[in-house]
Amino acid sequence: MTLAESATSTPPPLVAHAAPVSEGLAEKVSVRGLNFYYGDNRALKDVTVALYAGLVTAFIGPSGCGKSTFLRVLNRIYDLYPNQRAEGQVLLDNQDVLSSGQDLNLLRARVGMVFQKPTPFPMSIYENIAFGIRLYESLSKADMDARVESALRRAALWDEVKDKLGANGLSLSGGQQQRLCIARTVAIKPEVILLDEPCSALDPIATAKIEELIDELKSDYTIAIVTHNMQQAARVSDYTAFMFLGELVEFGPTTKIFTSPSERRTQDYITGRFG
Amino acid sequence: MGPYTRRRSKNAVVLGLSVAATGVGLGWLALILLSLLRESFFGLSLSVFTEMTPPPGADGGLLNPIVGSLIITALAVAIGTPLGLFAGTYMAEYGRYSYVTKVVRFINDILLSAPSIVVGLFVYEVLVRPMGHFSGFAGSVALAVIVVPVVVRTTEDMLLLVPRELREAASAIGMPLARMISHVSYRAARAGLITGVLLAIARVSGETAPLLFTALNNQFFSINLDQPMASLPAVIFQFALSPYQQWQRLAWIGALIITVAVLALSIAARVLARRKLT
Repeated sequence: MTLAESATSTPPPLVAHAAPVSEGLAEKVSVRGLNFYYGDNRALKDVTVALYAGLVTAFIGPSGCGKSTFLRVLNRIYDLYPNQRAEGQVLLDNQDVLSSGQDLNLLRARVGMVFQKPTPFPMSIYENIAFGIRLYESLSKADMDARVESALRRAALWDEVKDKLGANGLSLSGGQQQRLCIARTVAIKPEVILLDEPCSALDPIATAKIEELIDELKSDYTIAIVTHNMQQAARVSDYTAFMFLGELVEFGPTTKIFTSPSERRTQDYITGRFG
Repeated sequence: MGPYTRRRSKNAVVLGLSVAATGVGLGWLALILLSLLRESFFGLSLSVFTEMTPPPGADGGLLNPIVGSLIITALAVAIGTPLGLFAGTYMAEYGRYSYVTKVVRFINDILLSAPSIVVGLFVYEVLVRPMGHFSGFAGSVALAVIVVPVVVRTTEDMLLLVPRELREAASAIGMPLARMISHVSYRAARAGLITGVLLAIARVSGETAPLLFTALNNQFFSINLDQPMASLPAVIFQFALSPYQQWQRLAWIGALIITVAVLALSIAARVLARRKLT
């Protein structure tokens, strides 16, 4: 019996070394005993962690440690490819995301994702945002206009594009494209937003804008961000998870992880001794 | 002689050979085009486009084969393009990792290089013989068989060029696969897909062998697809081999018309392929 099959029985308790003291926080996403395989290669080893509602959780660690892989499990985007599979339990509001009955499109409407590389669709700025909304809601022209505007405002892009909503999304600069992608994600009103190194292709100014945005968004959404930039993790997150070689080494409040980590490997990584 | 000098002289030799090879290739092309122009250009007149193919020894034009070629090619593209687009879409989007796709790709590659005379004989067997007579429709089917593998190939290639990230981004907002294909993949690959179709048209517009077994030829103006139909390649073939001077000149003019048409299509394909989305 795999872990996924046992999902219907009582969930196992959180593994002690990874579980933070977090009374009073609601787990929006609970991950328990998660293993992930690329073919025969095991990329995640028994990861147990939680995303708390309304908080930002950062995932840090050296390249290849499984941070992005972890994120890609939460909205099951890995399902696009053969030979990739996840075992374990990923609960979104106590509902198993990994179960075979899960409607993937509905899941992804609830768990939005922004990628490392800006990926506007080959259509107008307006359509980039309206398209996703239209998949799930039928709005009047006026309502749609309002939704598009509010999404662009939330992504701090409105003032820059309000006069050229008909222009192709690809005509924007890299930083603007990334904010467009965030607006697109926000527009469909997900509950969780996954950010996979959203600033790695951006200059410091655009990065600052996006970090502000994350801060702004967390009142309404549960956010997970993968980043290589430790200052960024320290700046934007409430909780931090340090991963190494597919394992979750340490997970706790960001201030604790960065000031008094309990694991030696975490200490070594955040002080730049390796990674 | 040090390694640097040796590398330099090696470079000079290879560069020289490459330039010579390019020169020879382009030289033949220039010779072909020049002789084509010399033989046909001064024969060009309005009557070429308004009069029918003449009986031996008389003057005439190429109206019936021009119209015939247009009809046969248009129908061939109308039959072959959807088939090719759908098959290529399946291979790149739905069945990207399936065994079926590998098999289809292999067979398609064979079809792509199949001698066109074989295609002509095949259609002769399955259409012309049962129908009991040659027909423009059979000609279109034969050309469609040649169009399909070209479109399949370019469609698959162009869709595979759509970045993985774009597909993931589409999936990540919960876009169903069918929507993603029609609104994201097709849009991103649009120029390439159109280029594929244009190249397929260019490819079939000079085909003669498949038409000889199917559409045959027609001395008279006919747009009846159920009857034999004239086409430029077939007329060129017939007229060029004849002893009559007027026929030979018309064959040259027909060749010029096809060449110009193919050239225009190729340029259009290039322009489209280069044009970025604005």
